[in-house]
Amino acid sequence: MIISIASGKGGTGKTTVATNLAASMGSNVQLLDCDVEEPNSHLFLKPKFTETKNVYTPVPEVDKDKCTLCGKCGEICQFRAIVVIGETVLPFHELCHSCGGCMEVCPENAISEVGRELGVIQKGYLNGIEFIHGRLRVGEAMSPPLIKKVRALTDPHKLTIIDAPPGTSCPVIESMRNSDFVLLVTEPTPFGLHDLKLAVGAVRLLGIPHGLVINRSDIGDSQVQAYAQKEEIPILMEIPFDRNIAEAYSKGELIITVMPEWRERFISLHQKIKKMVQ
Amino acid sequence: MKEMIVISGKGGTGKTSVMAAFASLAENMMLCDADVDAADLHLIMAPEVQERQAFQSGNTAVINKDKCTECGLCRDLCRWDAVSETFEIDSIACEGCGVCVYFCPEEAIDFPVDTCGEWFISDTRFGPMVHARLGIAEENSGKLVTLVRKEAKKLAEAKNLDLILTDGPPGIGCPVIASIGGADAVLIVTEPSVSGVHDMERVVQLAEHFRVPAMVCINKFDINTEMSMEIERFCQNKGLTFLGRIPFDPIFTKAMVQGQTIYEYNSDSNAGLAVRQIWEKIGNSLRI
Repeated sequence: MIISIASGKGGTGKTTVATNLAASMGSNVQLLDCDVEEPNSHLFLKPKFTETKNVYTPVPEVDKDKCTLCGKCGEICQFRAIVVIGETVLPFHELCHSCGGCMEVCPENAISEVGRELGVIQKGYLNGIEFIHGRLRVGEAMSPPLIKKVRALTDPHKLTIIDAPPGTSCPVIESMRNSDFVLLVTEPTPFGLHDLKLAVGAVRLLGIPHGLVINRSDIGDSQVQAYAQKEEIPILMEIPFDRNIAEAYSKGELIITVMPEWRERFISLHQKIKKMVQ
Repeated sequence: MKEMIVISGKGGTGKTSVMAAFASLAENMMLCDADVDAADLHLIMAPEVQERQAFQSGNTAVINKDKCTECGLCRDLCRWDAVSETFEIDSIACEGCGVCVYFCPEEAIDFPVDTCGEWFISDTRFGPMVHARLGIAEENSGKLVTLVRKEAKKLAEAKNLDLILTDGPPGIGCPVIASIGGADAVLIVTEPSVSGVHDMERVVQLAEHFRVPAMVCINKFDINTEMSMEIERFCQNKGLTFLGRIPFDPIFTKAMVQGQTIYEYNSDSNAGLAVRQIWEKIGNSLRI
């Protein structure tokens, strides 16, 4: 089963829920941190990394001896990532979406592919929890291809928990696609509610069953609860604001470490999700 | 005219709340919301929309069933697995590269332009505002960010304003890169947590990479004073302008619930005092 943790708004507690849920399950579980722009889960789970590998996306390289400057590559490219200017053909690697169109269209077979580094994927373990995250290279604009490569490491024999990035655009969609369940984490404030509605829109577009965790549930107002009721989205957990939790979080500690009674609650959260998926 | 972008790396550090407070203090300025994916600034600014335009960018392939002979070439060429067994294109998976359109021997694939969102020019009680809304699950957020920034600049020049205050998106990817390129300064709002610091360091690297001067302030500094000291030391070592610390203060949430800035809610709070001092330093640093 794949459970994605998403939110719309950033900073609502996705990583808190993802890491505590994974740690509560103990074994036969993997956590994929797909927030590759700002991956944080490892700061709380503290896995021992055993593997780091660089990840690339294919971009064109032109053999100048074969190229006749016909310009077909520039014509097919929708992203202006390859152009013929005067007597040269210029590939702009950072704009390339790796569709392979230029290579396919070149009548002289003058184009081959080299790699643009997207970042790294790291793998590690902590007490039977398999941990994997992607780290986007600083300066790299495109996160979806790296997210796709992290998602490809999903182990169908395990419970997979995905820590998704904030927002509702392509990186989030890439992270959540083909999940069995999306757990939306929000806070009961106008910003939280506004972005929750967007996230619900995205999850419904993908047709994935979903439920809600309300973090810092006693701040703000009651609009999120009212919205959930109206839209018939089940509230599966509420975490009240607690300065102890905030301070523990700031130090990279899990809730279930400082307040062990929460372990049972996360296990029961998983039970509820399992029931909803079946 | 100066342009400052407020970013954070990590979401939820208080970018938008701090931005809104600045709007209360600044003069002769306008607002720009470059967090087009999950824009929130309008919830406090209550913009009155004066002008509304569709944002069109990119294309999506659509197979014309009448012409399609199901030869399968499009499926072989597509690197996004967007063509199904029954020759339907999954518009969410489609990257808009047009390779299938180009090679289809029957010319059976249409390639209409996408309308991916909307952008607005509005009035607020603090000055003009340019903002946008990217459609759910849409792409091209970077292009929409570039567009709203360009429109904001045009407007600021026409109205002879001194400053554009821009609310940036979280992360370090495409929309953030589009937000900060060529700006006069970025203000990084961080928080003293392991994740706040981790994400701040990456966003500082990003600002360095694109050669935009970065300033830093800490929100909720008293949640972990030790880590706040560490952030200050980090700024010192990196030669970044450190602007100050804002205490954890429920006034931000209370004001947000009322649709107000913290000064409108209560002109005399601890957080308000700290933000005012930070704003003065920004003024000196930007010479506005």
